[in-house]
Amino acid sequence: VTTLESTVDIASRYDPVIGLETHVELGTVSKMFCGCPTTFGAEPNTQVCPVCLGLPGSLPVPNEAAIESTIRIGLALHCDIASWCRFARKNYFYPDMPKNFQISQYDEPLCTDGYLDVTVEGRTVRVEIERVHLEEDTGKSLHVGGATGRIHGADHSLVDYNRAGIPLVEIVTRPVTGTGALAPEVGRIYVTELRELLRSLGVSDVRMEQGSLRCDVNVSLSPAGSGVWGTRSETKNVNSLRSVERAIRYEMSRQAELLDRGGRVVQETRHFHEDNGRTTPGRSKEEATDYRYFPEPDLVPVAPDAAWVDRLRTTLPELPAERRARLARELGATDFEMESMANAGVVELVAATAAAGAPADEARNWWLGYLTQKANAAEIEPADLAIDPAQVARVVALVEDGTLSVGLARQAVDGVLETGADVDTVVAERGLRRVSDVDALAAAVDEAIAAQPDVAEKIRGGKVSAAGALVGAVMKATRGQADAKTVRELILQKLS
Amino acid sequence: MDLTRMTAAELGAAIAAGETSAVEVTQAHLDRIAAVDDRVHAFLHVDTDGALAAARAVDERRGDGQPLGPLAGVPLALKDVIVTRGVPTTVGSRILEGWIPPYDATVTTKLHEAGIVVLGKTNMDEFAMGSSTENSAYGPSHNPWDLDRVPGGSSGGSSAAVAAFTAPLGIGTDTGGSIRQPAAVTGIVGHKPTYGGVSRFGLVAFSSSLDQAGPFARTVLDAALLHEAMAGHDPMDSTSIDAPVPPVVAAARQGGTGDLTGLRVGVVRELSGQGYEPGVEAVTREALARLEKLGATVHEVSCPSFGYALPAYYLIAPSECSSNLARFDAVRYGLRVGDDGVRSLEEVMSLTREAGFGPEVKRRIILGTYALSSGYYDAYYGQAQKVRTLISRDFAAAFETADVLVSPATPTVAFPIGERANDPLAMYAADLCTLPASLAGLPAISVPSGLSEGLPVGLQVMAPALADDRCYRVAAALEADRGRPLTEEAPAL
Repeated sequence: VTTLESTVDIASRYDPVIGLETHVELGTVSKMFCGCPTTFGAEPNTQVCPVCLGLPGSLPVPNEAAIESTIRIGLALHCDIASWCRFARKNYFYPDMPKNFQISQYDEPLCTDGYLDVTVEGRTVRVEIERVHLEEDTGKSLHVGGATGRIHGADHSLVDYNRAGIPLVEIVTRPVTGTGALAPEVGRIYVTELRELLRSLGVSDVRMEQGSLRCDVNVSLSPAGSGVWGTRSETKNVNSLRSVERAIRYEMSRQAELLDRGGRVVQETRHFHEDNGRTTPGRSKEEATDYRYFPEPDLVPVAPDAAWVDRLRTTLPELPAERRARLARELGATDFEMESMANAGVVELVAATAAAGAPADEARNWWLGYLTQKANAAEIEPADLAIDPAQVARVVALVEDGTLSVGLARQAVDGVLETGADVDTVVAERGLRRVSDVDALAAAVDEAIAAQPDVAEKIRGGKVSAAGALVGAVMKATRGQADAKTVRELILQKLS
Repeated sequence: MDLTRMTAAELGAAIAAGETSAVEVTQAHLDRIAAVDDRVHAFLHVDTDGALAAARAVDERRGDGQPLGPLAGVPLALKDVIVTRGVPTTVGSRILEGWIPPYDATVTTKLHEAGIVVLGKTNMDEFAMGSSTENSAYGPSHNPWDLDRVPGGSSGGSSAAVAAFTAPLGIGTDTGGSIRQPAAVTGIVGHKPTYGGVSRFGLVAFSSSLDQAGPFARTVLDAALLHEAMAGHDPMDSTSIDAPVPPVVAAARQGGTGDLTGLRVGVVRELSGQGYEPGVEAVTREALARLEKLGATVHEVSCPSFGYALPAYYLIAPSECSSNLARFDAVRYGLRVGDDGVRSLEEVMSLTREAGFGPEVKRRIILGTYALSSGYYDAYYGQAQKVRTLISRDFAAAFETADVLVSPATPTVAFPIGERANDPLAMYAADLCTLPASLAGLPAISVPSGLSEGLPVGLQVMAPALADDRCYRVAAALEADRGRPLTEEAPAL
């Protein structure tokens, strides 16, 4: 596939079915089954012990905080919470998995049968959640040598076990059908919404670029209206929101082209490439690994009683959807405006800016407009810009009280983004204050009149519209700091 | 006074009283090891320096006037399946040859805290899979009663050490009988505690839902003292029971009075008959008569599901072992074969496992891998778990009319080395009597009940969960009735 066919065209021939498996590293202080710290970025193999290294004789002891976080996630996703469930061993070999089995959950997950509603282009799609379960993360391998960066063909491999045993929650959707051409966006917005939810719960730092939120994307196509599902591909470790959308778009296009030619989609794992937006085959699931799941005999069952679950329910914060509904009221925003803000990832930023004193419309205009442009240019999220809502509110206030023009305000924002200093410092240091002092402007006006006597003569002759040329000259001379209205009045006054 | 002939209780008292020192006691046992262990081969590793240092520490504490526990300074033989920081732990396997654990098992820590002197690590069937120590990668141990016979297994090194008077105390682990069977065939006391009674943290796993460490000694009281020192809740083992240790020492002392008045003893009908040696059955009948003489009432009980214990066990234990042993892959520790920079990870792993695991371990890994496979799980592992439930129900029903259940601890006396080595099913049958209590997680003791043709026979006493004290009480009463430990009758080495 070289150029991607539009999803609208694909959806006219095929019904896409998508499914998402999201892995979330929990932000607990210690690991899932031992007391080792979970700090990101430590020197390799410094946060390890006999348990997370799987040394002979070591035993796991479950982290209660991780179980509580999982239950809270389940509750926030409207799931049923199991009153009794067990961990299971998932047996397979890989050098970064110390025991050569992963403690996970199999047929008895902690949470089942929930949903998350997402809004795409004004339409609400209910994404059903099949299960939320808890497991331990593996270590991290670096395969050195070889062309692919994978274990096959590598000269040697380095393994860091710091990540081994960090609690990992897996959230699995049921197949999402009926979204047609919107499927890629539904995928992205679902993950966006899920990330917001997890962030609001405070259970994870949900940083996709650090791998604390990772996504596998399943895509299949069925002939339009047939109701017969096609064979799916499973694209692993799609590590940004944008990539979720791109991966689904690519897979739809790839599979459509295959099927158009009478080809067959192979059930397989695929890898997504951030650089070119394509997926390539990994291992084939048709020679499927038999994980030989069985109940983990080293752990006693987890039996969350009703009182425990009820107590956890009381710890749920206002969830993003509820919060957005409230904010929409408070900000006086329409559904369309809310969706725009949500898609741009600025709802909280706008709310915080408004809370810091800016009128809601102004706050929204700044974040959806100039600041989103800035974020896009820098290829970061608006929230990661080096300006906070309080500073944006200050900019708005300075425009309102006439200290800054809109143009100056943008320069001030640029200064904050460049230097990290606060707005008032940038305004003072760069001399951005709008000049409306008549005495200070008089000289510049006199110069402009002297420089363009013909224009001045026209104005004197009653052609007031010609004043624009002189205003422009003054503005240029004052590097935009003059108040255009004052300049105009001054010019007319002097030439009347 | 020969320090090696004394009981652990006597040694502890003598050390505490200053009549001897821990170093003297330790040295006497090290000397005994040097004198006889070339014939017995109970030890894989004798930690002379570590043992003497631990003994000196006990003597210093005594010198400083600090109180000493009842077993402080008493030597012990530790099965090589329990990890010891800085001391080799091989689990009887080539695959862990040369591995020096960087941490101590909870049991090891408790031994240190009690001032017990670990003489060394004892031989065992590889990964605790076997009933004779013939599956050890380092050669078999020999039964001190008859050096041509096995000392039982898998904890045969520890049972042989205690029976050979190279240690007054030993620690074994029991998955399907690996404490009780070796205790029975070497004429000593061996107790498998209630599952969860002793921490498994640092016990190299064979079958996690069955493995349990427990004491060996020549007397019931010594076994109880060691049980008390090693048991108790451990937050590092989530299957460890958060309950007080049963009053086993008090029970051993009470039983030592020889009075069992009012005790209801159930004799398990299914643990007799075909496959049981007449000599073993005769000694067992005689033991039952003695229990009645001591005031107990004896009646027969039926546990029909016990007949399925052996097949159920040989699905559950291999299944769990196939997963537990997956970590031995040549990547992080232990043996690595064929790593020439050219061979792939898989090839090195395969060569290492081929060379590092013995035939019985391979057999069980393959059995278990098969039993857990997709499509077979329900028929094998799932079915075996149901049998486990049925066995537990049989026990529950039997305990409605009996305070303890008894049976022979083994169907036969110690068999000759080599006799069953190539007949796995005959070897598996050595655990016929011990498997039900293992599968149900119940406490069970083997206490010497007499001799058959000059070889020891053990009586198994089983009790409800956390009623380990009942096992000790009955065992102590039988021992008191005999008058002296059976090992006093063993031939000199």
